[in-house]
Amino acid sequence: MAESENGQRGAAILLRGARVIDPARAMDGPGAVVISDGRILACGLASGFGADALLGPDVTRALGRLAAEGRPAREVDLPAGWVVAPGFVDLHAHLREPGFEAKETIQTGSRAAARGGFTTICAMPNTHPVIDSRATVEFVQRAATEADAHVRVIAAISKGEQGAELSEMGELAEAGVVAFSDDGRPVSSGKVMRHALEYAAPLGLPIVEHCQDEELVGAGVMHEGAAATRLGLKGWPAAGEVVMLARDLELVRATGARYHVAHLSVAGAVELVRAAKRDGQPVTAEVTPHHLLLTDDWVAGERTGPLAEALAALTGEPLPDGPRYDANAKVNPPLRTAADCAALLAGLLDGTIDAIATDHAPHTQVDKDGEFGEAAFGITGFETALAALLALVHTGKLPLATLVAALTVRPAHAWGLDAGTLEPGAPADLVIFDPEEQWTVDPARFASLGKNTPLAGLRLRGRVRQTWLAGRKVYDAGETAGE
Amino acid sequence: MTTTLHRGLAPAETADALPRRRDLIDLDGWTPDELQALVNRAAYLREALAEPTRRFDALRGLLVVTLFYENSTRTRVSFELAARRMGADVASVAAASSSVTKGESLRDTVETLQALGANILVVRSSQSGAPDVIARHIRGAVVNAGDGWRGHPTQALLDLFTMQRHLGALAGRRIVILGDILHSRVARSNLWSLTAMGAEVVLCAPPTLMAPDIAAAYTTRPIPGTGERRRVIVEPRIEAALEGADVVMALRLQRERQQAGLLPSLREYTRRYGLTTERLALANPGALVLHPGPMNEGVEIDPAVAHGAASHVEEQVSNGVATRMAALEMIGRALAVEAR
Ligand SMILES: [Zn+2]
Repeated sequence: MAESENGQRGAAILLRGARVIDPARAMDGPGAVVISDGRILACGLASGFGADALLGPDVTRALGRLAAEGRPAREVDLPAGWVVAPGFVDLHAHLREPGFEAKETIQTGSRAAARGGFTTICAMPNTHPVIDSRATVEFVQRAATEADAHVRVIAAISKGEQGAELSEMGELAEAGVVAFSDDGRPVSSGKVMRHALEYAAPLGLPIVEHCQDEELVGAGVMHEGAAATRLGLKGWPAAGEVVMLARDLELVRATGARYHVAHLSVAGAVELVRAAKRDGQPVTAEVTPHHLLLTDDWVAGERTGPLAEALAALTGEPLPDGPRYDANAKVNPPLRTAADCAALLAGLLDGTIDAIATDHAPHTQVDKDGEFGEAAFGITGFETALAALLALVHTGKLPLATLVAALTVRPAHAWGLDAGTLEPGAPADLVIFDPEEQWTVDPARFASLGKNTPLAGLRLRGRVRQTWLAGRKVYDAGETAGE
Repeated sequence: MTTTLHRGLAPAETADALPRRRDLIDLDGWTPDELQALVNRAAYLREALAEPTRRFDALRGLLVVTLFYENSTRTRVSFELAARRMGADVASVAAASSSVTKGESLRDTVETLQALGANILVVRSSQSGAPDVIARHIRGAVVNAGDGWRGHPTQALLDLFTMQRHLGALAGRRIVILGDILHSRVARSNLWSLTAMGAEVVLCAPPTLMAPDIAAAYTTRPIPGTGERRRVIVEPRIEAALEGADVVMALRLQRERQQAGLLPSLREYTRRYGLTTERLALANPGALVLHPGPMNEGVEIDPAVAHGAASHVEEQVSNGVATRMAALEMIGRALAVEAR
């Protein structure tokens, strides 16, 4: 087995030849990484001169020490065009276990994560039963011991995500959860949100809100606007998100508790987060790849917005139309307008938005097969995130290092996770990707049980080649290419 | 100089000019020429139907199935009559009992119909887009008999037919759609066809019953075939809307809108938006009054208007059969071409 020699004592590994990007240390250039005992032993850029020109002084020194200990590093030569980066950190994923194993399991979800370059994934608690007790947290933790990613647990804010009584946050914190959220729905009661923030404050864990005024949103199934009007579908207004966020931010100001906004989708909400940060409030925020890249027109099969423009610019021809009433473009919060996409990108560029999180939301075929109004909300995200986001890099709208930071150190910092850097001593979680390789999205080949992506059939540029978890190679595109 | 200026009704004895389309889901992609060809054929069929011995056989050997998830006897009977007169075998499935159709059951139903040999499926659903989803799962043709708030293309075609019978070409005409635009599939389909024929469509409703961004929704989609811009105006003041109108189409107001908080009361709606004789006097002389039915007399339309000289509501119903015959004939011809 390849794995048994990887990263075990006595078998240090040197990854060399590729571009190393570690935004935590502002590192970006040709370099090398040494892995040993499941941790990063050294990581550095080529110095360009002298005996250690190719590896840099830190790596050269580490290799010398290993040689002296009689266990020379196994060398892995990587193409110069490839990128080695810290494994991606996803603050928002739905692994569906326990309860909805037909949609996804911890095993299939973490395998999908590995294929997408994610090594730390935070599992949302809207399972069945809801993750709102020590027993359910420990169930997930046990099921994840063999997983292909570090699975961190987010527990519910309220018992059963009912929005009424608080969950036992103290015990949940002791059990190792990383945040609290009733995701899938908002905490509608201002009183409950206030007490959740107060109670969680001394625990030091963030409250994560799915910002949505449920009365304003009502039975909406997509963004309220021209596309919904043409399609005859009930829309949900942008104000539904902004109103809830504004309420919460006042409560954060009053309580001083840590607060994280899940899946920002509208320009007005970005502006509120920007103002809150300017004010020094303990607020962080995430955006999904689909809200950055896709618009409400995708529901009608019309491909507009940043991804469509970028792919058209790269290939010289417009994207073909998709299906009308595409249930795979039905997501909560909904895909918004091109102006919202632009505001989200601006928020990412100026640091208002801390993290890109997938909101990986797998569903079965049947969940998505009926009429649009009846279909489930959600887009499966792990396996397309990087390639889709790279379209912004290829068209010069987003620096690669900024993208990698939003997938690594910034989410890790937002929630204080031990991840997201190649610093010596850090877990040897890393992703190796080829930013140029082209491939066609074929959901049938996903590791995820959820095939629900609006990107099916599109040709994307950029592909994860390898993913390493605690020094162990958990994914290698070269080995699974023939699958 | 536009081609639409001279467009008008010219009954077509042969069906050769009918659009080459095998489904009728909505009218958004239809060119003015296609719309005119279908209406011309409907005009011919209307006259021919007056001869009791005339038979048509464009659908001979084909099975037309009406699948109605929502109860509408008027529309279903109109389609069934049209299909029989075109020589089809007709079966009907009332699926109204299962109002909620999850993916599996929708597929099951459609596959069953497929197995029975349905060539043309006429679908009515409360869910916008249901015909599109069904069309993806079935080999036969799909006709939309009304889906959610989205479309009712044969209603829009029969409205166009009715208007042209009395007004000729619609280019430059002012057509007011009055009432609950937000929930109206009739308004949405009519917006596609009427603007394509060069009419200016004025939408009038209380703001709570107006669909968001509706003018932009249509004006940003150029007319197929000509590339011209559609003309849509939103005018919430009824007097301003009716001024100079050539057609006023009133829409049915459902009582639930009051309970949903969209209206203070039906009484206030009638006071502010009801179509009365006095208000109709603001329109051009000879203006037509239409209504897709069933009417709530005394709510959105005063009985004096509903049954007055300007009203063409009954004619809409009779034009419906000829229009649906033309639509089914179009599809029958396309299926025959496919089969060759
Ligand atoms: Zn959410």
